[in-house]
Amino acid sequence: MKYMLLIFSNPENWGALGEVETKQVMDEYWTFTQEITQSGEFVSGEALQGPDTATVVRVRDTGRAVSDGPFVESKEVLAGYYVVDCKSLDRALELAAKIPDATMGGGVEVRPVADMGPTS
Amino acid sequence: MVQPVIPEDVFRTESGRVLGALMRRFGDLDLAEDAYQDACVAAVETWPRDGVPTNPGAWLTTAARNRALDRLRRDRQRPAREALSLGLHPDRPVEPAGPAADELADLGDGAAVLDDDDQLRLLFLCCHPALAEQAQVALTLRTVGGLTTTEIARAFLVPESTMAQRLVRAKRKIALAGIPFRLPQDTELATRTAAVLQVVYLIFNEGYAATEAAADGPLVRTDLCEEALRLSALLRRLLPSDAEVGGLGALLVLHDARRAARTDSAGRLVPLAEQDRSRWDGGRIREGVALVEQALRTGPVGPYQIEASIAALHAEAPTYQTTDWPQIVVLYGLLEQALPGPMVALNRAVAVAMLEGPQAGLDLVDRIAAAGELAGYHRLPAVRAHLLEDLGRTGEAGAAYDEAARLATSGPERDYLRMRRDRLGPGGLTSGRRSP
Repeated sequence: MKYMLLIFSNPENWGALGEVETKQVMDEYWTFTQEITQSGEFVSGEALQGPDTATVVRVRDTGRAVSDGPFVESKEVLAGYYVVDCKSLDRALELAAKIPDATMGGGVEVRPVADMGPTS
Repeated sequence: MVQPVIPEDVFRTESGRVLGALMRRFGDLDLAEDAYQDACVAAVETWPRDGVPTNPGAWLTTAARNRALDRLRRDRQRPAREALSLGLHPDRPVEPAGPAADELADLGDGAAVLDDDDQLRLLFLCCHPALAEQAQVALTLRTVGGLTTTEIARAFLVPESTMAQRLVRAKRKIALAGIPFRLPQDTELATRTAAVLQVVYLIFNEGYAATEAAADGPLVRTDLCEEALRLSALLRRLLPSDAEVGGLGALLVLHDARRAARTDSAGRLVPLAEQDRSRWDGGRIREGVALVEQALRTGPVGPYQIEASIAALHAEAPTYQTTDWPQIVVLYGLLEQALPGPMVALNRAVAVAMLEGPQAGLDLVDRIAAAGELAGYHRLPAVRAHLLEDLGRTGEAGAAYDEAARLATSGPERDYLRMRRDRLGPGGLTSGRRSP
């Protein structure tokens, strides 16, 4: 079953890290990615630029409206995601707990990917 | 012929053209700005000795381009500064920081690469809707206006660090989000142009609202008006067939024509009805009227042209009373259709009061107040107060003046409203009606 692991990160906590600590966290991410790639559970994943680079589009009767900023302002920001294919929610939660941001004041939201029927 | 004296403002006025050329060449606003700074420093060093070049813009562009290339060569020798991503893609190659070697080839003479469209592209970039409006304003003043961060911060009454951060964030977003340096497609040209006009209008209004600035430092807030007028003239040159560009130009020139009469010798605000019309600038008024007529001929009609038409009627009227109020009421009706909103409705109510009497105006104002959209905005009770005063309802007028003064955000405005309240006299009939 596929799950999306949405990584909500606290930028303040990242900002407080020194150079060495930052590299350490990066290494943890790297190790995690390697692990789930080797186990065959990794489907996809990306890191995102910060919410200050976000732009929102809304289409209304008056036309297309573009505005600065993330859709939702919050202290924890969506920093990236993984899609994993694993046995059960329990396994997905186990994987989510290994994501470094889960321990760094942020959290990981685990959402089952909706099965929209055969896609190909 | 060359001259040893550097023309005043040359680095400011050339900023937009040179940065535009550098942006097209390098696509990196930070690099373009740094290189332009370097070029200006070089100019200050060499021009007094060698003479000012006949085409300073071309000289600066060539110099800045060479400085930018130097910077890129230096950067390429350093390892990439930003380690990409959170480590999701350890194998992904890091993008090289500079252009490929063939891009480092010489471009030829600076004059050849100076292009008005680049300046226009730069304006559209700075006023992209993906940037917050405040950031658009700051970035436009910095790049096209050529103002320093210090000057912009002082003009907007924010700490310099705040303004610097605003600019850094805006440039970061341009780079990271990939906001393009290009002219908008035809289908989006109108809305994108409207965004640029909005920025220019905001800059003008910020300066126009500032009456307290006269004794301030080197860049007073009212200089923002000059900057907006300059940007507006530039836009008219770059987009000559856009009627709204002409409309905004006319509107700004007509407002500017009345600037001297807006305050008295003590810096107090003087409303339109009481302004000494002999202090209006007749030449500027003729210029503004000509601009609006030209814009209306170009068409299609838009909100700025309507507002400019209203401003032209005010500017051409010998007195407040003999203003063409019937025409102004019609124009506000048109403006309400083009730009529905309580602000326009409130202005229309003032004109209706002049045409049909204070009660008719008050009825409209009360309807706007009931809708609640302008709650907390001082002009609503201020207009009510004037109308109540004209109707002889002094007690209510006094309360409305008090409320307006409480809500007013600028000192001169608050002083004016208190003065009007005091002039009502102690509960008696008004002693100083607005109309002579």
